[in-house]
Formats: sequence, structure tokens, C-alpha cells
Amino acid sequence: MTVLQRIAGPAAALAAGALALFAVSAASAAVEVRKVVSPSGIVAWLVEDRSNPIVSVSFGFRAGGSYDPPGKEGLAELASVLLDEGAGPMDALAFQKKLEKLSIRLNFEVGRDQFRGTLRTLSRNRDAAFETIGLALSRPRFDVDAVERMRAGLLSTYLRNSRRPRYLARRTFWSSAYPDHPYGRPVSGTDKSLGAISRADLQRFVADNFTRDNLFVGVVGDVTPARLAVLLDKAFGGLPAQQKARPVPAAAPKLPGGISVRQFDTPQSVVMFGQPGLPRRHPDYYAAYILNHILGGGGFTSRLYLEIREKRGLAYSVYSYLWPMRRTALMLGGVATQNARVAESVAIVRAEWARMAETGPSAEELAAAKKFLTGSYPLRFSSSPQIADMLVGLQFEGLEPDYFAERNGLIERVTLADVRRVAKSLLKPDRLTFFIVGRPAGL
Amino acid sequence: MFGGKIARRMPWPAPVLAALLLICVAAASGGLAAAQEPQRRGLFDAETFTLKNGLRGVVIVNRRAPVALHMLWYRAGAIDEPAGNSGIAHFLEHLLFKGTKTLKSGEFSRIVAANGGRENAFTSWDYTGYYQFVAKDRLARMMEIEADRMANLVLSEEEVRQERQVILEERRSRIDGRPSSILWEQARRALYLNHRYGRPIIGWMHEMEQLSRRDALDFYKKYYGPNNAVLVVAGDVDPAEVRRLAEKYYGPVARAKPPPRRKLLEPPQRAERRVIYRDARVRRPSFGRMYFAPGYNSSGAEHAYALQVLARLLGASSTSLLYRSLVVRRKLATAAGADYGANRRGPSDFYVYASPRPGVGIDALEKAVDAELDKILKHGVSAEDVEAAKQQLQDMAIFARDSLRSGAHAVATALIAGRTVQDVEQWPARIGAVTVDQVNAAARYVLQRRKSVTALLLPDRSDETRKAEVQKQ
Repeated sequence: MTVLQRIAGPAAALAAGALALFAVSAASAAVEVRKVVSPSGIVAWLVEDRSNPIVSVSFGFRAGGSYDPPGKEGLAELASVLLDEGAGPMDALAFQKKLEKLSIRLNFEVGRDQFRGTLRTLSRNRDAAFETIGLALSRPRFDVDAVERMRAGLLSTYLRNSRRPRYLARRTFWSSAYPDHPYGRPVSGTDKSLGAISRADLQRFVADNFTRDNLFVGVVGDVTPARLAVLLDKAFGGLPAQQKARPVPAAAPKLPGGISVRQFDTPQSVVMFGQPGLPRRHPDYYAAYILNHILGGGGFTSRLYLEIREKRGLAYSVYSYLWPMRRTALMLGGVATQNARVAESVAIVRAEWARMAETGPSAEELAAAKKFLTGSYPLRFSSSPQIADMLVGLQFEGLEPDYFAERNGLIERVTLADVRRVAKSLLKPDRLTFFIVGRPAGL
Repeated sequence: MFGGKIARRMPWPAPVLAALLLICVAAASGGLAAAQEPQRRGLFDAETFTLKNGLRGVVIVNRRAPVALHMLWYRAGAIDEPAGNSGIAHFLEHLLFKGTKTLKSGEFSRIVAANGGRENAFTSWDYTGYYQFVAKDRLARMMEIEADRMANLVLSEEEVRQERQVILEERRSRIDGRPSSILWEQARRALYLNHRYGRPIIGWMHEMEQLSRRDALDFYKKYYGPNNAVLVVAGDVDPAEVRRLAEKYYGPVARAKPPPRRKLLEPPQRAERRVIYRDARVRRPSFGRMYFAPGYNSSGAEHAYALQVLARLLGASSTSLLYRSLVVRRKLATAAGADYGANRRGPSDFYVYASPRPGVGIDALEKAVDAELDKILKHGVSAEDVEAAKQQLQDMAIFARDSLRSGAHAVATALIAGRTVQDVEQWPARIGAVTVDQVNAAARYVLQRRKSVTALLLPDRSDETRKAEVQKQ
């Protein structure tokens, strides 16, 4: 059912009769996804929408903090803040003045596995906007002045973070769970590693990773497939063909259970907890997704929320979530409670984890979760950047556009037996490991 | 940074949080604003109505997805709180998720979830708001339960006691665990000599601990009624149908009798203030200054539009004056900017900030900021900068139309502040009419040290550290 439509140019596109269309079910949004292929072969998923004179673009590469060489942590992050600090013939000020003058918003963001970019432009500046992506990705300047300015900025952020309980909890978590793996290293770097990054490192990072075989693009808004085909080449046509950097090896998190405390003077202890999770494409993923929603994922109705906040007033925020990554999978959560009572919060999280593993959810809980998860799906289609991000997200996971129409069915088909089985196999109360920053009493 | 608005709940997993932030940024940034497409009469083309019981309704049609955002805003926030009761507006917001005469405690949220809805609530100095975001065919049910809790709230002592623990934890998370929040809480208090904008929305800890069921119900009875509220529905809806539903569900609710609210005025601000906060958790110092400034509704309101242009050209981005000078040219700072909002029931503030590069002293940085501001006061801003800033603000208005929340937020805050839908629709044109002279006049009116608080966040080095450093020398 997926038809890749090759479009040689505007004329061919207009004549094309076989564009691949995927309509989301009538109950959700009227979103039609087309795959557009540029003359040079770059593929983008497009949702055409003429309701406003705006175009939103989301794109991404498989490259992120986990690709940083040892000792140069923060490289991808530093690159991400430098791409709009001068490119091609323009220095930082000239480049940014151009973006501002044309009201083009171009942003980059780095995770462990992904390097993502977003662009938002008015239709009237569409062509110039795609050209700026091209310059930023293919011809970033990394002028010494700009590199030092941004390095100082990240350094400052690092120093600030290094006294923030939330950051410290996260850092301890990652370095403990992945001690000998790139996932364990800090994506935003340290004072030492940021200082070690050279201009050549930045250039190599870009050349090795921003490549056409490694690119995913989603576009939403006021642009025709034919026009987009041409614009894609302006933005991405100058990239090299093949990625040189290699992905990190698969890794299982080292989470043996127990509680690790980092003493820090603050009135409220910040707690992060985690255990192994499930990969995104695992057959039981949807059962696990529903399970997590009931346990700690969902709004004001999850078990953790009710037990910790609603019944006992122990926290303002408590939650859990699945975090499937490219080479590992986690199930994580967090809570923050005053030092004197944080031990109670930890005990309840553990007890709820065990209770859910043992008996799973009730039929009523499952029905309520399904109602919410399917009913709220259309809400994700209410703004252009949000839809563009989803288009790229699906491509990263190797899913097809018809996923939009199928997704609610995947939720509906999960049975109570499925969720109970997955609760037993996935939830490991004795491997649930807690990382606490604060002065927790009795822990 | 000022905690301009606090929400009932924020702990979404990272991806969801990112989406929420996007929406918030879009809503907050432009003030709101505007486009110049011929077929449109205004920015959002909002339609309005008023029910017999005084409820004002606004409908913003946006058909891009079959969804509806249903928001109810009360003109009651932290500035309406009785003395000694700081935090009661926000506490009541939390308590509105308990039961009513017909709904059990927590049932409200279960109903919203069962209808696939996302919901939350928020409190500011000027207002308290509640919303549900749902598929459009669920709108009627949302109105039914929102109207129900406008009139029929039921609270038990036990629920109030538990929820009070939650807001205390919230305060620890938002304020006491964050040195910069502690600083700004103190600085705001110093900025407003008389107005209640100086009180923290979440409340002072010692007063929060004493907030009672009685306090909450008193505030509720005073301010929660149709004549003190604004209903906003945005999305794929028919305005006539929204009005019909509003009449059906909100129509029967009796008026409240909000006590006459005296407009608080600031006395002349005569003395420059400095607030310095040292904390062992601070590793990077920072500099900020708040100037007492007019809003749309206070004395000096004629400067409100020009101040938005000034804030934009002075400090909204990396091409703005402060960033260009302090971060790029002089290499003294890692960040620098300015911010201002005019949509207030009362006066407002104009904010300037900078973070030093490692190795740069906070005093040198402050001097450099002042040198930039003095330059503007002496020589004025350039026509080129003013034109660019105006264009950017107007373009942001077009982007604001892309999200349901931006329009709803813009119109609701305007109505709460005593302005009209027309004011919002005309915002782009009014920004467009701002002149260089007006920006210069606004700068001279606001950027006066005697009307400001300078706030410094500094590391508190323990005696050990200091001793060690002395020995090294």
C-alpha cells in the first residue's frame, strides 16, 4: 500500500496520479501524508495544510550524544548550538539577522540517539528558509569567535546544572546504568570535555553524520508536493551520501535494585527510579504502554498519582514512562518529596510496582486507559510543528504513514490477559533502582 | 523566571513536556498578535457573546483538527487574596479537582480521561483558569462538568489537609529548591511598594501552612460565578452551537457577588533597590533588573505598545542589542536579554538580565548593561531596529494562529484585564503604528533606576572554602 512516488520535478509531480496517501481515521484528524521524493532522491513525508500561510519542517539524523568520542562529551550539543552561528558567506550576526528579518525560526536539539532540527517559516519566505537549512547543515562555519562564545555558554550551563538536584540525579542514573557505554556519558558534556572539543571535531561530526542515507524529514503546511520536491534539494541536496559514524553497540542497563543517595543540601529530595524497559518495536510494546499509563503515566488518574499525591500529599509530581532507545530500553520515573518523608514515597513506589507486577490492572482500569489513549490521539494533530515532529518520529522507528490510521487499533486489540502477562514479565520490583539527591531521612 | 503562572501539574514525560512548552512559548512570546491577510478581519476573528448571568463567551474557530479547547477563566488570582491568605487562589485551583454535590472526589478527572481529554489548570496574579482539550464531540460534557464545579464544590477537611501537603511540596519544588526562584520572589516583593503583584502566586510558606477549608470556600464563593468568568472555546466548532451549549450548561448558574475591588495604585517609586541573594547551591552568578512599568491598564498605558517593541529590539534574541553587545562584541556574558508583557489588570514590569561568562565579575557585567541602556537613553534607538522588531512581532502573530492555545490565551487574558476582543484583533496594527519617538519616550519613562530593583544571585561560599582560598594566596 505504500507507494514511493518519485518526482522528477514540478511538472511531473503535478501530473502524478499515484501519490501515496494515508488518511488518519475520520475519528481523529483528517491528516493525509504524502511521500515526496526530490529530484536527487531525498524523501520527505508531507502533510499539506493551507489553513495558515505557514510551513513547519522537522528533520533528524541518527547522531547524537552517544556518538561523541570519549573525552569530548558535548560535541553534538556544541555543534547543535553552532549551526546557526554562521554558515556559507554569512557570519553569526549576518546569518541570524537574516533569520530574524524573514521570521524564520530554526532550532536544533540533541538527544543520545538523535540530532533533530525544526524550522518554521511564513509561506512568503519559504524558499529562503529551506536555503538556510542547506547552509546550516552543509556549510557551517564554526568561526573561532562563535565556537568560544557557545562553548562558554554550555560551560556556564554545566556549572549551573552541577548544583541542581534534578541534573545530579539524572547524571548519577545514567553513569550507573551504563558505566562502560556511551549512553552513560553526559550528552551536554562537562567543564573538562567541553574544553577539549576542537573546531576539527565539530567539522568531522557534521561531515560524518549529516548525510542523506541518515536523514528523516517531515513537512506540514502551505506547500505543494511539487514545490517541496525542489525545496528538499535546496535544504538537503548538498549533504554527502553516506554516514561514516557508526552506531553504538546494544546495551542492557545495569540496574541491580537498591537505593543510591547523593547527599545535597536542599529541602526536598529529588528521586529518579528506573528498570529495564521494552524496545519500541517489541510485540508487547502497546501492552507495556497501557500498563505504564495505568501505573504512572496518565494525567490525574494513575496509581502512583493517586497513592502518592492524592491520598497522602507526598509530592506535587510523580510519574513513570517508557523510554525505548535505539540500542537499549528503559522504564523510568520520578518523584520529589521533602527530606523528612521521602522514604515513604520510595516505599510506595516499590509497593505499587510489586502490586502491579503481581495482579496487573483491573478490567476497569484497562478500559479507562484505552478510552483515554484512543480518545486523546486526535489532540496530537492540532498544531503544525507537532505533526511534523510525529512524521519524523515514525520514520526513526521504521513505521509507515498508515500507522496514524492503525494506531488506535493497536491499543484496542490489547487484552487484559496481555497486560497482566506483560506486567509480570516486565515489572521487576527488585531491580527497580532509586537514585536520590538531597538529605533523605532514614535512607 | 518569575513563575508568571503556575500550573496544577507539570510532570509530563519529556516529549509531552516539550510539546507543552512549545505551546506556552507561542502564547507568551508575541503578546499575541497579528497578520495582514485580506480575507481576515482581525487576528483570530474571535466571536463573542454574553449570557444573561454575565458570563462572557469567546469562540475562535480553527478547523485544522476535529478538536476543541474548552477553557474557563476566572477574574480571580493572587492579587485578590485577603491579607494573611497568600496562596489561596492557587490552593483553590487544586481543590477544584475534588468533588461536587453530584461528583465524587477525583471523578472530574476520570470523566475527562474517559473522554480522551487532556486537562489542567493554572493560576496567576490576575486570574485562575481551567481547561480541557478534547475531541469536538465531547465539548458538551466538558461544559456540563465545568459548570457544575463553578457552583457545587464540596470539600472535606481531610481532602483539604492532604492537598495542602501537595502545595507545600509544590512550593519546595518551584521555589525553595531553586535559588533563582528564591531571589525573584524576594525581588518582586521589593519592586511593588503597594501593589499585590509583589506577593508570590504560590504563597508564603508560613501562610500556606495555615490555609483552611473555610478560606478556600470563602474565596470560591466570592469569585467563582459566571459574571466573574470568561469562557473560551477554540477549535473545530460552530459559534452558534457553542453559545447554545453555554446557555444550557452555564446559563442556569447563579451570579456570584464579588466584592468591589479597589484599584491599587503604586505611590511614586523614589528609591533604587538592590536585592542580593547568596546560596551555597549557586555556582554561576546572575544579574537581573526589574523596572516598574505600565501595563495596558495602569498609569503610563500610552507606552504599552512601544515597550513591547523596545523589549523585542533590546533583548528578545541573539540579534538584539544586549546580546550583540554583551555576548558577541564584548564577550562579557553568556546570555543577555529583556522581557515585558502589557496584558495585566494593573501595572507591570520590564525585565533585563545577563549571565556573566566564567571569569567575568558581576559588577563589570552590571556596568556594561547600564552602559547599553544609557546609550539608548542618550542617543535613542535606530529606525532600522524599530522596524525589524515591529515586523518580527507582527509575524509572530501569524504563527500564533497555528495553535489553539495562543488565540484562546490572548483573548482571555485581554478580557480579564478589562480590554476588548477588538484590542486583540487590532494588536498587529497598533504595533505597526509605533514610532521611533514613542520607543524612545517609553525607554525614558521606564528605564529609571529609582523605579527599579536590581537582583543579584551569588554563590555563598562556606567559611572552609574562603579559608582555603586565602591560604592558597
